Amino acid sequence: MSAALDLALCALILGVGLASMAGRGVFRAAIFFITYGLLVAIGWARLGAYDVALAEAAIGSGLTGVLLLAAHGRLRRLRAAAESLSRFNLPAAIAGGGVALSFGWAWFALPVPRAPDLTYALPQAGVGNPVTAVLLNFRAWDTLVESIVLLAALIGVWMMARDADWDAPLGLRYHARPSGVLASFGRILPPVGLIFGVYLVWAGAESTGGAFQGGTVLAAVGLVAMMAGIMRPPRVAQGAWRAALVLGPVVFLGSGLAGAALGAGFLTLPEALAKPAILTIEAALTVSIAVTLALLVLGPPDEGGQQA
Amino acid sequence: MSLTIFALTGAALIGLGVYGLLARLHLLRRIIAFNLIGSGLFLFFGATGARGEILDPIPQALIITGIVVALSASALAVGLVVALAQGSGRASLPEDEDAEGRAP
Repeated sequence: MSAALDLALCALILGVGLASMAGRGVFRAAIFFITYGLLVAIGWARLGAYDVALAEAAIGSGLTGVLLLAAHGRLRRLRAAAESLSRFNLPAAIAGGGVALSFGWAWFALPVPRAPDLTYALPQAGVGNPVTAVLLNFRAWDTLVESIVLLAALIGVWMMARDADWDAPLGLRYHARPSGVLASFGRILPPVGLIFGVYLVWAGAESTGGAFQGGTVLAAVGLVAMMAGIMRPPRVAQGAWRAALVLGPVVFLGSGLAGAALGAGFLTLPEALAKPAILTIEAALTVSIAVTLALLVLGPPDEGGQQA
Repeated sequence: MSLTIFALTGAALIGLGVYGLLARLHLLRRIIAFNLIGSGLFLFFGATGARGEILDPIPQALIITGIVVALSASALAVGLVVALAQGSGRASLPEDEDAEGRAP
């Protein structure tokens, strides 16, 4: 029974994935990709990876969807959104089929990996959720560098701004009709989203959730509020926003250095301090992740004028 | 059984993404294809990580990291595509248009 459910789910995932690559028009492709992300999130839940399911639904489907739709809107303004229907490309099909077949072969041919036994390590990690323990304690290096990668991507996006637009508010201007759906949605969603986002971060220590999922929900709250015209989009030069961007990496790095000073080693948390240290890092990271993701999706400052 | 279904779905998605990345010319479509490859890889990796007797949290943590990095890479790519369209009025690469036999 459950195999039949998984089979149907995977057929849907593949079908919607195919639809996002086939046909004409990138708007359609973006809509299919959002649907695809939600189906994949259900797939992750079926695999028992609830933290990944939340991340996929919030980031892979939600924020990426907003990013793609906003990009389509910008390209349409620039008259570059039209797409010609391309013919079937045999060399590309052979390449894609070859890659897919080699992955399929790898699944059956390679030995089953053995998961490390965390039964003894987990009680010393300070948090009960093994995924959070891996992210913020056992493999803290990955997460520290990731938070810096986010910052680097944002700087890259900002570098695309034209000089004349530098002091303009970030992103395009959105006009929401005062009585429209977006405006009322923008008033109802933020309070609920704020509570849910903070809850996800807090709950992430012991059960499903975490700084990334919670931060993404908070970023979405900010985006909805800005699109509905309730919150003014930030500007590049505003110091408070810049401080929010670097807060997470700075606190993370600082606690790593403190670990080294206490003799435990860089980014190694002493068992007694692990829980408060992780909560502090997560709180700071959440702020930075939320602001960075929202600003990444908003894009560089743009007055909307075409380049002469 | 279910893990095999998810892993093979992941493999097929990677192939589909590779096809889209090579065959489709519009750069926004290529960003979606790139995300499809990443998502397929995560699914394959996640199914592999769930293969042992106990659920391994390390692939899950790495996949969450990967999803976030994929979004930031996509945002950078979107920025580049919009900048290209602002400069040239098109959202596809000039050499591809030549290959299609249309005026660049």
